Amino acid sequence: MTISPLQPRCVVAAYSADDYGRAAVAYAEAVALAAGARLVVVNATRGDSYVDSRFAADDEITALRERLVGEGLAVEVRHDLVPDVAEAVVTAADQAQADLVVVGVRRRTPVGKLLLGSVAQRVILDAHCPVVAVKPD
Amino acid sequence: MDLLLDGFAAALTPENLLFATIGVILGTAVGVLPGIGPAMTLALLLPVTYSVGADSAIIMFAGIYYGGMYGGSTTSILLNTPGESSSVITAIEGNKMAKAGRASQALATAAIGSFVAGTIATVALWIVAPTVADLVVTLGAPSYFALMVLALFAVTAVLGSSKMRGFIALFLGLAIGLVGTSTGQARLTFGEPLLADGIDIVVVAVALFAIGEALWVAAHLRRKPLEIIPVGQPWMNKDDWRRSWKPWLRGTAYGFPFGALPAGGAEIPTFLSYATEKKLSKHPEEFGKGAIEGVAGPEAANNASAAGTLVPLLALGLPTTATAAIMLVALQGYGFQTGPTLMDQHADLVWALLASLVIANTLLLIINLPMAPIWAKLLRIPRPYLYAGILFFASLGAYSVNFQAFDLALLLAIGVLGFAMRRFGIPVLPLIIGVILGPKLEEQLTTALKISQGDVSTLWSEPVAVVVYGVIALLLVAMAVNGLRAPKEPPAEPDTELDTDEKELSPR
Repeated sequence: MTISPLQPRCVVAAYSADDYGRAAVAYAEAVALAAGARLVVVNATRGDSYVDSRFAADDEITALRERLVGEGLAVEVRHDLVPDVAEAVVTAADQAQADLVVVGVRRRTPVGKLLLGSVAQRVILDAHCPVVAVKPD
Repeated sequence: MDLLLDGFAAALTPENLLFATIGVILGTAVGVLPGIGPAMTLALLLPVTYSVGADSAIIMFAGIYYGGMYGGSTTSILLNTPGESSSVITAIEGNKMAKAGRASQALATAAIGSFVAGTIATVALWIVAPTVADLVVTLGAPSYFALMVLALFAVTAVLGSSKMRGFIALFLGLAIGLVGTSTGQARLTFGEPLLADGIDIVVVAVALFAIGEALWVAAHLRRKPLEIIPVGQPWMNKDDWRRSWKPWLRGTAYGFPFGALPAGGAEIPTFLSYATEKKLSKHPEEFGKGAIEGVAGPEAANNASAAGTLVPLLALGLPTTATAAIMLVALQGYGFQTGPTLMDQHADLVWALLASLVIANTLLLIINLPMAPIWAKLLRIPRPYLYAGILFFASLGAYSVNFQAFDLALLLAIGVLGFAMRRFGIPVLPLIIGVILGPKLEEQLTTALKISQGDVSTLWSEPVAVVVYGVIALLLVAMAVNGLRAPKEPPAEPDTELDTDEKELSPR
């Protein structure tokens, strides 16, 4: 039995509190609305630095949830402290039996690639369902 | 005056200017990071003193000390997490201001206030320190012994909320200071020849500040990140200036004398300054909602008290803060006789240091006003990277003292002690000061008793000693009365640097 990725029943959006995360949520939101699918938004941090700009503030998460619920979506928002952010997204997708994951991808410099891992890349490689990579406008 | 000009000449050589710059940049950076303070940084940098000239090293250390005060205020204001105990009060109004969109003004009044206070207090230091040293140099061993007892007592009992915990730390420190055979008899060496020379203070300091803190962080690694308030270039308008300059001056007036007392520390003057500004303000309704006076006053007070603590350090050889204690260790590492004679015997070094304080202050203002947003970025460094580096330098530093693997074992053991103290809320400051002053206390006592040929009454034979014991007695009575009057009141004041961090950063 195969399900078309354009008619998913559950969509997971990997959300970071920046343009890339917002682009991912916007796309996932549009797909979920069109298909009448459930939407799971995952915003996570390793919590090992004093400040993580990609981890959304509580107020922001509340506002996001209210906005999505207001649009009539069945929404679940995960806002967690996890050992590994990419793994948290994949696990959330598995648990929700999602058939589509949306991530935002960013341009990275060669040095950046050398020093830092990419959450998006690991989600794309590890997820057990189709993954859509989006970029901000 | 000539001495001061010579000092400026020494401090303004390109090499020393470079060290001052490194010092203030490093100091600001560690001040910004919660949990890593100037004391830990100086402890980690002590091995540097083996290869760098005394004047350069001391100038760099002074830069770190002052820089730490600046950096702490940045974290308080933007993150509501005081980097240093001295900026706890700043966080109250500063963070409220930042939340109301006035972060730039809060940072500006903190930075400019620190500069004003630091400069005035340094000038006061130029006048007071030599005078005090000249007075103290005439005192005999009994008076000096009494002064040390007062310093130990005050640091332990006056600062900090729990006397019991303070004294536990003090006696642990005195016990560590006893180890060795310096008196001819082996004490607490457990037959271990490697302990015969005593435990090096560098190892104790590095273990307590770096290893203890690293273990603590490792035990609480994952925490919800704090919300930082984005900030642009610090600036102030006319109204902010008008409301800031008086609190700056009043804060300085509180900070310097309190810093200069043997029971120094920045907590009391910053608190007093805050209370005064609240009372005198024309906008009392703004307090608690982000009043600029509440940032300007305490910030000035904490920098003035940092300058003040150099008075007992240079004139008496008595450290009253953890950072000053490590600076004393550095001076001793160069083989200088610390105490009232330091200012005469090493006048060139002391005056180079005193002159460099003004330079450090100016550098800080130049560096900090434009760079505040960059400092805030430091907070994004993942802690594992940060503490891996700290552990590396801590081990290197401890090993380089004697090139003995045994010191690394000691480092770990005392590090675990530091972690346990942190866990049970025991302040570190009395311990480190006990380790440093314990042996000196004993030395003064033996000198006094040798002169009197064993007659104990010599200890209260000098008027200064009698007065000092009177002060201690008064403090004891005040403590007892306070204890009886309000037995159930919970401790309201923050304890020490590390203790404060614990409260502020405990997992939520």
